[in-house]
Amino acid sequence: MRFREALASGKFVITAEVGPPKGTNVEHILEEAEHFRGRVDAVNVTDLQAAAMRLGSLATCHLLRERGHQPVLQVVCRDRNRLALQSDLLSAWVLGVENVLCLTGDYPTLGDHKGAKPVYDLDSVQLLAAAQGLNEGHDLEGNALDGAPDFLLGAVVTPGGNPVEAQVLKLEKKVAAGARFVQTQAVYELEQFARFMDRVSPLGVPILAGIVLLKSAGMARYMNNNVAGVHVPDPLIERMATTDNKVATSIEIAAELCRQLRRCCQGVHLMPLGWGQHVPAVLEAAGLS
Amino acid sequence: MTISQPKPLEEILGYLGAARKVFLIGCSDCATVCQVGGKDQVEAMARTLGEHGKIITGSLVAEPGCHLLELKRLLRRQQQQVQQAEAVLVLSCGTGTQTAAAALPDKEVYPATDTIFLGSVQRFGQFAEYCSACGSCILERTEGICPVTRCAKGLLNGPCGGTSAQGKCEVDPEQDCAWKLIYDKLAARGKLDQLTPYVPPQDHRTRPGRRSVPREGEAA
Repeated sequence: MRFREALASGKFVITAEVGPPKGTNVEHILEEAEHFRGRVDAVNVTDLQAAAMRLGSLATCHLLRERGHQPVLQVVCRDRNRLALQSDLLSAWVLGVENVLCLTGDYPTLGDHKGAKPVYDLDSVQLLAAAQGLNEGHDLEGNALDGAPDFLLGAVVTPGGNPVEAQVLKLEKKVAAGARFVQTQAVYELEQFARFMDRVSPLGVPILAGIVLLKSAGMARYMNNNVAGVHVPDPLIERMATTDNKVATSIEIAAELCRQLRRCCQGVHLMPLGWGQHVPAVLEAAGLS
Repeated sequence: MTISQPKPLEEILGYLGAARKVFLIGCSDCATVCQVGGKDQVEAMARTLGEHGKIITGSLVAEPGCHLLELKRLLRRQQQQVQQAEAVLVLSCGTGTQTAAAALPDKEVYPATDTIFLGSVQRFGQFAEYCSACGSCILERTEGICPVTRCAKGLLNGPCGGTSAQGKCEVDPEQDCAWKLIYDKLAARGKLDQLTPYVPPQDHRTRPGRRSVPREGEAA
């Protein structure tokens, strides 16, 4: 089933993320995607995640498409101006990629080429508007295209943003610009997320709650200190700190989040950060396979 | 205000090289406020270079250093001192150094400062970058807080996800998130609907680089 059909069906939708390698060795990422086959509705491919130079999202999406996956091309605004962004979107379409997630992108100083020129010629709302324009047969300047794509466009949001209302206002703009699905930053605080959902449900766009697999208590604390808008509550950190089996506890926590989130939104977006082999166990424990 | 900071002395001595006779140019405006090119700093530079074997043929503090005709007028008054110098060192911003280079086409003209940004003087010796001179001001809709400059990513349609719980920017935890400042001010004034309209991408034809006013052929 195409990702857009899965979203339209109203079922609980599952997506999972892979990150391209730093180099040309694609075996591992293709293997990771195999763990997702038949279990998820789409596979996101990150775009130079954490501002580290890597193999591109577009080439990886193409490889996944060839192998029968439903890739979601992640596109960030950090590295390309409006010419390159629009051109790469057209390239994606002719290579069979039809799902696109538009993001601002981590700043270069957070990555491994700290002195790189930050581009941000478009912001994420403008990128969505540009992509929607391509769908409608014209570029950002209104020039007609000879053959137009028909992307399913997605946006991101940080439900734990400060202030969340500013995030919601921007999400409204993203939906108005053309976003038809939303994948969120990692969610661990369910009450806060439920309040966020009350606020954004009227937008009528499927929201897929982000779940990052906790690998250790240290990682959870690191996120609390360094990743804006993400807060892992102490009881979860405690469970990771005291467990004899980190993998099993991580799976258990992710599965609990899936079950609880199922009650308040239309899907989950799993970010295993290299632990893709454990995604099947998470989905099984959550009753989602 | 153009904010500049002094270059390390070794760097200056490095490019002055074998040139022994040096003429110094300071600036009465920004460089004086920044304490990099006022009368005191020009005198201090003259002493320091003297200690390193240089001969200062003369000096002046331009009013201001970026005013080409005014600078030319002052230089004419000290023509002989300028002529004797093998190098001219400018204690001003990059515009001041280039203005001096334009006024003295036959001289080697060097900068004594690094120009870092267009800023506001917060208090004595403390500056904040507020304007990028982008050529298309949107301060009327952002409550006098420029996201082009004060948001690390220059976002026009609202914050990214990188605002910390303390309201700081994830790129630089010392800096406030510009969009948090804008949002809070709009919220306090009951004007949040001002954030709703889509803001199109900037037209970069108005951006820095090779701009002049009026353009060639236009009336002044």
